[in-house]
Amino acid sequence: MATKAALRELGRNSRAAAGIGGSRGFAAAAAAAPAGVAERSEGGGGGGGTKAVNLFTAVNQALHIALETDPRSYVFGEDVGFGGVFRCTTGLADRFGRNRVFNTPLCEQGIAGFAIGLAAMGNRAIAEVQFADYIFPAFDQIVNEAAKFRYRSGNEFNCGGLTIRSPYGAVGHGGHYHSQSPEAFFCHVPGLKVVIPRSPHEAKGLLLASIRDPNPVVFFEPKWLYRLSVEDVPEGDYMLPLSQAEVIHQGSDITLVGWGAQLAVLEQACEDAAKDGISCELIDLRTLIPWDKETVEASVSKTGKLLVSHEAPITGGFGAEIAASITERCFQRLEAPVARVCGLDTPFPLVYEPFYMPTKNKILDAIKATVNY
Amino acid sequence: MAATILRRLNPAGAAPPRAAPTLDLARRAVSDSSEPLTVETSLPFKPHLVDPPPRTVSTTPRELLAFFRDMALMRRAEIAADSLYKAKLIRGFCHLYDGQEAVAVGMEAAITRRDAIITAYRDHCLYLARGGDLVAAFAELMGRQDGCSRGKGGSMHFYKKDANFYGGHGIVGAQVPLGCGIAFAQRYRKEGTVTFDLYGDGAANQGQLFEALNMAALWKLPVILVCENNHYGMGTAEWKASKSPAYYKRGDYVPGLKVDGMDVLAVKQACKFAKEHVLENGPIILEMDTYRYHGHSMSDPGSTYRTRDEIAGIRQERDPIERVRKLILTHDLATAQELKDMEKEIRKEVDTAIAKAKESPMPDTSELFKNVYVNDCGLESFGVDRKVVRTVLP
Ligand SMILES: Cc1ncc(C[n+]2csc(CCOP(=O)(O)OP(=O)(O)O)c2C)c(N)n1
Ligand SMILES: [Mg+2]
Repeated sequence: MATKAALRELGRNSRAAAGIGGSRGFAAAAAAAPAGVAERSEGGGGGGGTKAVNLFTAVNQALHIALETDPRSYVFGEDVGFGGVFRCTTGLADRFGRNRVFNTPLCEQGIAGFAIGLAAMGNRAIAEVQFADYIFPAFDQIVNEAAKFRYRSGNEFNCGGLTIRSPYGAVGHGGHYHSQSPEAFFCHVPGLKVVIPRSPHEAKGLLLASIRDPNPVVFFEPKWLYRLSVEDVPEGDYMLPLSQAEVIHQGSDITLVGWGAQLAVLEQACEDAAKDGISCELIDLRTLIPWDKETVEASVSKTGKLLVSHEAPITGGFGAEIAASITERCFQRLEAPVARVCGLDTPFPLVYEPFYMPTKNKILDAIKATVNY
Repeated sequence: MAATILRRLNPAGAAPPRAAPTLDLARRAVSDSSEPLTVETSLPFKPHLVDPPPRTVSTTPRELLAFFRDMALMRRAEIAADSLYKAKLIRGFCHLYDGQEAVAVGMEAAITRRDAIITAYRDHCLYLARGGDLVAAFAELMGRQDGCSRGKGGSMHFYKKDANFYGGHGIVGAQVPLGCGIAFAQRYRKEGTVTFDLYGDGAANQGQLFEALNMAALWKLPVILVCENNHYGMGTAEWKASKSPAYYKRGDYVPGLKVDGMDVLAVKQACKFAKEHVLENGPIILEMDTYRYHGHSMSDPGSTYRTRDEIAGIRQERDPIERVRKLILTHDLATAQELKDMEKEIRKEVDTAIAKAKESPMPDTSELFKNVYVNDCGLESFGVDRKVVRTVLP
């Protein structure tokens, strides 16, 4: 799609977002302040300063760095040569040439399979699937080929250089096929990593870590936040650790766990709960598999209560896995049933999206009910 | 509407009550004759593994005027949808069909409502061509109760079961194998019906298409694979994504025909030919060489990956409505003024339909939970927010 087009689309999205959920974007201050200081890679942050940028720019920076620092890295997908529908790949083809940054035909299964082969030759294959809703034609390749390549070949082969990026989640008016959150499907697949950032700073560091991780990674980007979320991001090269959750706020009454765009909603619920004297500990899981059980366990051991929230439908969502694991680990410490505030068990609706969504008030109610259990 | 379309294709069918009579044919010199008339197609058909049909098409003054009216109505409806979208009355994704009208109208003229049509998300005008109601179309676009999918589908998901319109599909290429399944069932029923299975030039590169082609040929299914080649898949020109943009040949062992999709008579001729062909011999590909004037969707101005000159050139030289207008004028079937009046009437008809559609309420909130399963699994709604929502499995 055309660049201007994407901008307009996003412009609309951000207006819609502001209209619906209040400010859905992760406030720069809230996100930046407590964020665990970036782990700098060898280059030590690349020596640059920091600059306030939005999420798609942070992704774009990460891709620039990935291509710059490793000549064996490639970026491809539908329309990425023009910058992609969300502008994440802007400028890459001009800078690194059409041999390393290129458009593919419209064929997700082919894109994924091609990427696996490219990665198996020791390259970093960074493939884009235009919307997470369109990842399902590639599902077989990801689940059956990518995830099991190393295992079934007894470590003869692998596609560890594979990273599949895809925008996920609601945008206010995306309807059935531009809104879904399919992360749980991939969390059921040993051999894959699933990573979801909540903000620009996180996106850049986690994406670089995903690209350089020696395992295939599915990296879902919260498209609602592409333009909406702005925060200070180091201009240089840095990575954030995978499989390490981050405690964003310390709290004593209840632990809230989420990822991606949902963190902004949880953050608002935290603030409102604080007005009622409830102290929430907020955790961004960041990597869904393999996930950081210890951080969540330590928090729940302290608070005795847990709430998990995600946009995907509640049944079989990754929240269920967290609830089960923490119940096993913290059974003695839990003072209330684990609460899940998630998308409804319906297809993502065209009308009444706010009904479907795990909104701030739904979360707030669940916080109160859990704390007062 | 689509009053004309309904009248023409469903002569026995009752016209929708809301359709105001548009033209007083008796008072005017507009021809309503069904005297046969032969017209040559603009271009020869390009065949692949098949003898092409003749270029001379038989039509009638009445049919030509109906073509004009139907296509003009579609054009007007799409332009109105564009405004409604800009006014934020239509949300979600919206893909317009203006420029491609001759494909929907010509195809419809060659088949019956018992034949099936299935397509992707660019579906408004195919719905109208199948006799869909203009108010239901606009209501659906605006997500209202009276929409053809009860407001639950939106622009990308129009359906009309009583006219065998299997509708709008969002995942590029996914509808193509579905069309083969429909055709299989049709053959089983031995009713002489066929499926027109539509997809785009972008979709032509999806693996599913080749899977579908093989099944269709292997089982000799009465399915016509219609590639609506508008030369772009989003911002990608066909030649940038397809090694061979000769889509009519891409079935290899499946015969094909390239058709000027801007010439409604050529489309009609090709579809008539294809229907007979597939009933006898199994599948065929019809590549319709067409063009979309609007951008891919509402967020695409449609001018960054192609030149304004290109669009203007097509409008001037190949526009499907202008082609028919010229035919009508050269054969003296109506005057230029009469056609203009007809367009004015159409504009009114569209405006009236939009006003009606706007009166339709939003779907009931319980609709959010309906149709997930047959018995809806006991899902219940308890209001917008601050309320518990429970799922009870049966
Ligand atoms: C599986 C899948 N991948 C990507 C998309 C996003 N997408 C929607 S339409 C489109 C272009 C399709 O082009 P074409 O088949 O030529 O149809 P046209 O839009 O021209 O009618 C793309 C890439 C999608 N809907 N589904
Ligand atoms: Mg196309």
